[in-house]
Amino acid sequence: MRLSTFKKGVHPGNYKHFTSLKVIEKLPLPNDVFIPLQQHIGAPNTALVKKGDQVRTGQIIGSTSARVSSPVHATITGIVKDVAPFRHPIGGKAQMIHIRRTGDEDEWDLLPAFTDWQARSAEELNLRIHEAGIVGLGGAAFPTHVKLAPPKDKPIDSFILNGCECEPYLTADHRAMVEMTDKVLTGMSIIMKILGVQQGYIGIENNKLDAIDVMRDAIRRAGLDFIVVPLQTKYPQGAEKMLIQAILRRQVPVGGLPMDVGTVVNNIGTAIAVAEAVTEGKPLVQRIVTVTGDGIREPRNVLARIGTPFKQALEYCGGTNADTAQVFMGGPMMGIAQFDLNVPIIKATSGIICTKQAIRNTVQSGPCIRCGSCVRVCPMFLLPTRLTRLSEKGYWDDAEKSGILNCVECGSCAFICPSHIPLVQWIRVGKLRVNERKRKKAA
Amino acid sequence: MKGSEKKLPETMDNQHKPQTPPGPGRSTPVKKEKPKKDPRKKLFRPERMLILASSPHLGTTDSVPKIMWTVIAALAPTVVMAVYYFGWPALRTILACVAAAVVTELIMNYVKRERLTVVDGSAVITGLLLALTLPPSLSLDRSILGSIFAIAIGKQIFGGLGYNIFNPALLGRAFLQASFPVAMTTWTNPNTARFANIDALSTATPLGAFKFEKITTDYTSLFFGNSGGSLGETSALVILAGGIFLLLKKYADWRIPASFLGTVFIVGGIFWLINPSQYPDPVFHLLSGGLMLGAFFMATDMVTSPITSAGCWIFGSGAGILLVLIRLFGGLPEGVMYSILLMNAVTPLINRYTRPRVFGELT
Repeated sequence: MRLSTFKKGVHPGNYKHFTSLKVIEKLPLPNDVFIPLQQHIGAPNTALVKKGDQVRTGQIIGSTSARVSSPVHATITGIVKDVAPFRHPIGGKAQMIHIRRTGDEDEWDLLPAFTDWQARSAEELNLRIHEAGIVGLGGAAFPTHVKLAPPKDKPIDSFILNGCECEPYLTADHRAMVEMTDKVLTGMSIIMKILGVQQGYIGIENNKLDAIDVMRDAIRRAGLDFIVVPLQTKYPQGAEKMLIQAILRRQVPVGGLPMDVGTVVNNIGTAIAVAEAVTEGKPLVQRIVTVTGDGIREPRNVLARIGTPFKQALEYCGGTNADTAQVFMGGPMMGIAQFDLNVPIIKATSGIICTKQAIRNTVQSGPCIRCGSCVRVCPMFLLPTRLTRLSEKGYWDDAEKSGILNCVECGSCAFICPSHIPLVQWIRVGKLRVNERKRKKAA
Repeated sequence: MKGSEKKLPETMDNQHKPQTPPGPGRSTPVKKEKPKKDPRKKLFRPERMLILASSPHLGTTDSVPKIMWTVIAALAPTVVMAVYYFGWPALRTILACVAAAVVTELIMNYVKRERLTVVDGSAVITGLLLALTLPPSLSLDRSILGSIFAIAIGKQIFGGLGYNIFNPALLGRAFLQASFPVAMTTWTNPNTARFANIDALSTATPLGAFKFEKITTDYTSLFFGNSGGSLGETSALVILAGGIFLLLKKYADWRIPASFLGTVFIVGGIFWLINPSQYPDPVFHLLSGGLMLGAFFMATDMVTSPITSAGCWIFGSGAGILLVLIRLFGGLPEGVMYSILLMNAVTPLINRYTRPRVFGELT
């Protein structure tokens, strides 16, 4: 049987063998956590605590009244040491709350558990998701409660749970599906109740056959009617638009969102967080992080408190090898290279990857030989080589006309380029400039 | 110019010491540092030593030199056949063309004060392809002249690899054809010339024989190369083998040879059906002349062929139609060179009008 997928894309390799069979382990409670005040896309939070305050695990420490926002919670029990800018894994410095642990045990500040969630209203459940500070854990960190409350003129008819994990190395979602199957399904049921949709799909790449089996089994046992869709292993299968195309054969229009084609997509991790927030009253204070690569001694999947410094997670995994050259947060195709390992794990940290060699970026780029490889792999059907040239020359208007803003920055073009031209990097520059100009024009 | 163009990635790359030594000339000089002991061996301080780069952090193992040298490898059987049929003079011509191309590239690199681009193999390919399109009897100095023209005017004047509009080897051949029309159409019979140090007997190419005297050549001779013609255009079999190897390696877009050969077969076939005595049959079209070499190794030249898939179909079909028209109605018996060069000229246009529809764009 031919598995469904999207058109074009690349095969960057798997590299999941490091951790695909490693059971998720609880990372020991860190002594210090650094919790960025803003870990979502949207309005910034203000700190609700100050230096010297006692906080309990799960206590809200930052929030705002804006709708597109998500509160942050204390992830350990202790004393607020500081509210100051610290280095952030996405780059630069950001306002963070530094908490030092006081006891050996957690003192939880839980929300009331909704054991009878089936009887609750959609609004009530969605409010809980907001209170629990849940954002998309796939990496984009968009507030989930906003996603789950689409405007009335956009009817939603199907929900897709994204279990693709198309980035090489990462296995956090894979392990979660195998080990926390029931939580995943509960979370999915809750989300579908909030959205009021009947049709639920779970897209899983066929390099995770065990996860496909386990999920199918659990769905049968629970008497649910979710459909597990095995997908071809190809990057960027897990990109929302590509996933919708693969499963539903619908194309999200240019500049549109999944809800424009009646769909909402959520990540496995998000579903688990939703399940915990609703049935146990636990706010989002921890997430599964894959610590992997050939630069780490004992690659593992860990359940880490948000705010834990990278260093501590790396030390738990045996520490980095002496010849580790690169550490990045997220997958190798879209992840962000780090230079300071004191940066904290944030809600969007799906993995910490350490590699011995800087696999790319140590080679000099050559001239474009117009081979068209980038054109053949671009899942958005753009001409990366042309966009790059326009961006290099500063022809922003032409770049916009050529559709530069449609780029999803998956990096397939730069991956495949035999001349090693930093294509997606130039396109990012172009997008930034084009957006700036648009804002200026609007102002 | 170069520095301002690549501002951003350079700053990203410069976070660590460049691994490749900079070339001569204007490129930024890097201070020579004494080879220090790797401090990481003593004390691992990741805060200092980690390499920063922008994603993606993975890359393909393909590279331009790898592609070019693979193409050269794919051409090797054709070279062997050329030497087998035409003897040592063939080898002499090939070596002279390649050497001239490489030396010209070196000189141009020096004049333009840029990174040496000889190692990427593209100059070798140009020299090799040019040699394979030359008649075996062409004198050495003329071959070298063509090779110099191909690299200097065909490629480097435009800015070097990736910037040329026309296939450099074909441009070199076009130059020779215009300059020495008689020498470029004097063909030797492969059998008599082989390894014999005697003056070769001149003969006609199968296409010329058909065009001017209506003599057909049998397919076996065409397929195995036992017929008059340029060094590399005699045996369809070995070119096919090398070409298919390239297609399998995905270093050439299969759409171009497919549409090129397909169109020649169809259009040639239509004319043959109209008047079989006047026009050759389509299989003869496919096997004779430089079509195989052109379709697999010249039309597929990445630099001068379209980047879009639809563009590749148009490019190949256009070349196919032009080829048949030139062969049947033009003054020359063979039209591979001009058909490809003409399509090269419209490639930027093809690229413009075959832009793929963006994902999610409404019809």
